[in-house]
Amino acid sequence: MSLITIDPRKAAPFPEAAAEILHDTQLRKNVAHATDVIQRKRAIVVAEKDDWQALRDAGAAIRREALQHLDTYLEQFEQQFTRAGGHVHWALDAEEAQRIVLALLREAQATEIIKIKSMTSAEIDLNRSLAANGIRAYETDLAELILQLGAELPSHLIAPALHKNRQQVRELFAREMHLPNLTDDPPALAEAARLYLREKFLKVKTGVCGANFLVADTGSVCIVESEGNGRMCLTLPDTLIAIAGIEKVIPRFSDLEVLFQSLPRSATGERMNPYTSLWSGVTPGDGPRNLHVVLLDNGRSEILADAKSRQTLQCIRCGACQNTCPVYRQTGGHAYGAVYGGPIGAILTPQLFHLDYAQSLPYASSLCGACYEVCPVKINIPEVLVYLRSKVVDRQRGKLASVFNQERVGMKMMARIFLSRERFETAQSIARVLEKPLVGRDGWIHWLPGLAGRWTAARDMEALPAQTFREWWQGRGKQ
Amino acid sequence: MRISLFITCYNDTLFPATGKAVVSLLERLGHEVVFPLEQTCCGQMHFNTGYRREAYPLAKRFISIFKDAELVCIPSSSCVAMIRDYYRVLADENSDHTMTSDLDTLLPRIFEFTELLTDHFRLEDVGAYFPHRVTYHASCHGLRSLHLGDKPLRLLKNVRGIDLIELQDADRCCGFGGTFALKNAEVSTAMLGDKVRSILSTRAEVCTACDNSCLMHIQGMLHRQYAGVRTAHIAEILAAEADR
Amino acid sequence: MSREVVLSRVRSALSGSKTEALPATPAYRRTGILTSEQRLHMFEERLGEYGARVFQSSEPDLRERLATVLIEGQKLKMVHPPGLPESWLDRRISWTADAPGVDGLSFTQIESFDGVLTAATVAVAESGSIVLHHGPTEGRRALTLLPDYHLCVLFSHQVVETLPECFERLKGSATRPTTFISGPSATGDIEMTRIKGVHGPRFLDVILLSP
Repeated sequence: MSLITIDPRKAAPFPEAAAEILHDTQLRKNVAHATDVIQRKRAIVVAEKDDWQALRDAGAAIRREALQHLDTYLEQFEQQFTRAGGHVHWALDAEEAQRIVLALLREAQATEIIKIKSMTSAEIDLNRSLAANGIRAYETDLAELILQLGAELPSHLIAPALHKNRQQVRELFAREMHLPNLTDDPPALAEAARLYLREKFLKVKTGVCGANFLVADTGSVCIVESEGNGRMCLTLPDTLIAIAGIEKVIPRFSDLEVLFQSLPRSATGERMNPYTSLWSGVTPGDGPRNLHVVLLDNGRSEILADAKSRQTLQCIRCGACQNTCPVYRQTGGHAYGAVYGGPIGAILTPQLFHLDYAQSLPYASSLCGACYEVCPVKINIPEVLVYLRSKVVDRQRGKLASVFNQERVGMKMMARIFLSRERFETAQSIARVLEKPLVGRDGWIHWLPGLAGRWTAARDMEALPAQTFREWWQGRGKQ
Repeated sequence: MRISLFITCYNDTLFPATGKAVVSLLERLGHEVVFPLEQTCCGQMHFNTGYRREAYPLAKRFISIFKDAELVCIPSSSCVAMIRDYYRVLADENSDHTMTSDLDTLLPRIFEFTELLTDHFRLEDVGAYFPHRVTYHASCHGLRSLHLGDKPLRLLKNVRGIDLIELQDADRCCGFGGTFALKNAEVSTAMLGDKVRSILSTRAEVCTACDNSCLMHIQGMLHRQYAGVRTAHIAEILAAEADR
Repeated sequence: MSREVVLSRVRSALSGSKTEALPATPAYRRTGILTSEQRLHMFEERLGEYGARVFQSSEPDLRERLATVLIEGQKLKMVHPPGLPESWLDRRISWTADAPGVDGLSFTQIESFDGVLTAATVAVAESGSIVLHHGPTEGRRALTLLPDYHLCVLFSHQVVETLPECFERLKGSATRPTTFISGPSATGDIEMTRIKGVHGPRFLDVILLSP
C-alpha cells in the first residue's frame, strides 16, 4: 500500500488514505470482526461493574490531578526511582530520546535488544535509529512480531495486527520461521511464536520497553500485558530501558486500584489481563541490575499548556475509543498515517506535530461521541476535535490561498446569510431557482457540481420543497 | 402553553413537513405555537467545521431571538446539543458574561421535540395513528449528548397501528456528521451503506429518527438504490392521525 | 540540561491554570460485600474462566494434596523459592530450591523443571488475580516466569474481594517488585480471540487452603 506510513509528515490526508484503504476487503472484514468481538466482550465486563461510571470519574480525576501537578509528580517519581538504584533521563524530543537510548546501549555494549510493544518507542522511531547504528531490535509481542516479520505498520493501539487474520499470520510465520507445515489454528501460531522467541529471551541481555504507568509516590514503573513477553523482557536482561511520555505519571500506588479495573475492561474486554508487573528500582538478585527510565516530552508540554486540549494527555492507551469508533471500523488504523490513530490519534497526533501536520485528522470524525462514552478517563474527544478544527481554520485565516478555497468561501457566505432574515429568505428563494435545471423528473437531484458533488456521488437529494416552512407559516395568516 | 418553535435552518428549507407536523401536534395538544421569523441558524455547522468566529454571532442572534420565550421546541437533537454543549464555550471564549447569564436562564427552557413531550408534558401517548412498519435510528446527538434514551421509542410504541421493528446497531452513527459527509465522503458512504443494510434487513417501510440531518443522508442512499423505503421525522409520525 | 527545560516547560504550561478540587470520597466501590464463602467461590470461578484450575485443601492435608496434584499432572521435577516450608514438600517429587543472589539457578536450569511451586501475597476474587511480591516464599521473578507450570498455594484469608482491598493490603510493601497474575499467559492478538500461552507459564494451578 503506497499510502501507508506512520509519519504524519509524509502521510496522505485522511480522506485520501481512507479512500484507498476502503477497497481492501480483507482489512475491512478483519477490522469489523475484531472490533465487534472486543466491543461485545467489553460490554459484558463493564455491565458487571455497578460502579463503572464512578470508576470513570475516579480515573478522570486521577489523570487530571497528575497533569495539574505534573512537575511535582515527575520529580517525585525521579527521586523515588533513583533512590532505589534506578536512573532517570529526560528527553526534550524524539531525537534526544534516541540519542540517550543509543548511549545507554553502547554503554551496555548491546548489539541486539528485546523489546516489549511500546507506542512511545514507535513515536520516536527507535527501531530505525537502532538499525542505523547496527543494533538489532527483536519485537516480542505476538502482534509486533507479526508486523516486524511482515514489514508492516501497526493499525491499532492494543492489537496492532488487528487488520490481519489467522490465515495471513500463518502464511507469514510459515515463510519467515521456516515452518511449511504450520496450520492457521491460533494456538499453533502462538506456539510457533513461543519457540521462536524463547531463544531470544534467554540470550539477549538488554531490554527496551515502554510504560503503562509511572507511579510517583513509590517510584514504580508498571507494565500491563497478556503474553508474558513483557515479564521476559523486564526480568531476564541485565539492562532495561523504559521509555515513557511524561504524561504517564500517576500520583499514588493506590490510584492503580481504579486503573487496574478500567484499563483491562476497556482494552481487551477482560476483568484483568494475565500479567501486570511493577518494579520500583533495582532489586538485587531479581531482575536487571541496570534500570533506566527515559522521560519524553516531544510536544507534550505544549499540549499541557493548552487548557482546552490538555485532557488529551489523560489517555491511558486502552484503545477503547478505536474499538467503538464507526469511522475506524471502516478504515482501520493505517488511514490515520500516524503512530496514534483512531479517535485519540485524531487529537493527539496533530498536537504532537504542533498542528503543522495531520491537519486532516481532527476532521476524520462524524462527531458521534461514541469514543467519549467509552473512555475510561472521560476525555471529551469530540470537544477537542472541534477545538482543533477551529485551530486549523484559524491558521488559514488571512492567507491568500484561502480566498480560493471552496469551503472557506462557502462558510463565509453562509455566515452572512444566516445573520439576516432577509438574506436567509432570499437565499432560500435563489436556491430554489438555481436548482431547477438539476432536478430530475422524479423531483430529485442526482448530480451536484463542485464540493456538493461529493454528496451526489453516492446519494440523491430531494429537490427543495416549493414552500419553505416560514412561507407556509406566514401563509397561515399568523405572525 | 406558548411554545416558541425553532425550526432550524435546514428543516425550514428542506423539511417544512416536519415543522408542520410539530405545529399540528402541539396545537392538537392544546398549546399555542409561535414562530419568530427572525430565526435562521444555531451556528452548529460553522462551529463544528472549525469556524468558531463565525458561529459566535449566530449563537448570540439565536439567544436574542428566543430570550423571552416561555418554552422553545426544537425538532433537531444535534441543534439542541450545539446549544446545550457549546454555547457556553462560545460565551467563555469571548468573555461574554451577558451571554453566559442569558444562557443560564434560557437553557432550562429549551427542549428537543421528544423531550418536550415526555419530560415536560409527561406524555407518551399523543393519540397518533400510523399503520406502517417503522424502524427507529438513534441519532448520535440525541443518544449521547441529550441522553434521550428510550423516550422516542416510548412515544412510538403508543402510536396506534404501528408495526415497530428494532433496528440492529441502531446506535451506530449513520455517517452524516455534517460537513464530514463531504470532507470524508468515502468513509461517510461506507458508514451509510452499513446503516442502510441494517434498515433494509428490518423490512421496514419507514425509517424514523429525531434528526432530519441523519434522515436526509439515509434517504439519499435509499432513494438512489430504489430501495422502496422512505424516511420520516418522528414528528410526522406522532402528528399523524386516523383521518389524515 | 533537558531536565530543567522539560520541568520549566511543564511549570509554565501549568501556571495560571485553576486547580480543580478533587472529590473527597471516591464513589467507586472499595469494600467487598460478599461472604467469605461467596468470595472464595467467585475467586475459584473467575480464575477458572481464565483456564487455571483451583483445588481445595486444608492445611494439614496440604503436603498430600500437593503431591497428588503434581503426580497426576506428571510434574515430578519441581523448583521452588528458598523460603517455602519443608513440610509442604513430599518426597515423591524431586524438589530443588532456588538460592538467593549469585548462587541462584541459571535461567536454563530454571527452565528445565516441570514447574514451580510458590505461595502468594494476596489474591483478588473480582478479577481472579494472584499477587506476588517475590519474597522468600514466592521467589525472584524469573522463577515464576520460565517454567511452563506454576502451582500456587493460597490461604483463604489471603483472598480479598475487590482491587481496592488488595491495594490496602499491599500498602506497606508497595515498592517491592510486584506481579499480578490473572490466569495463565494468553494473547488476543490473532482475531481478538484469547488463546492460551505464549511465553509465561501456560498452566496455572492453585491450591486454596480452607480456613
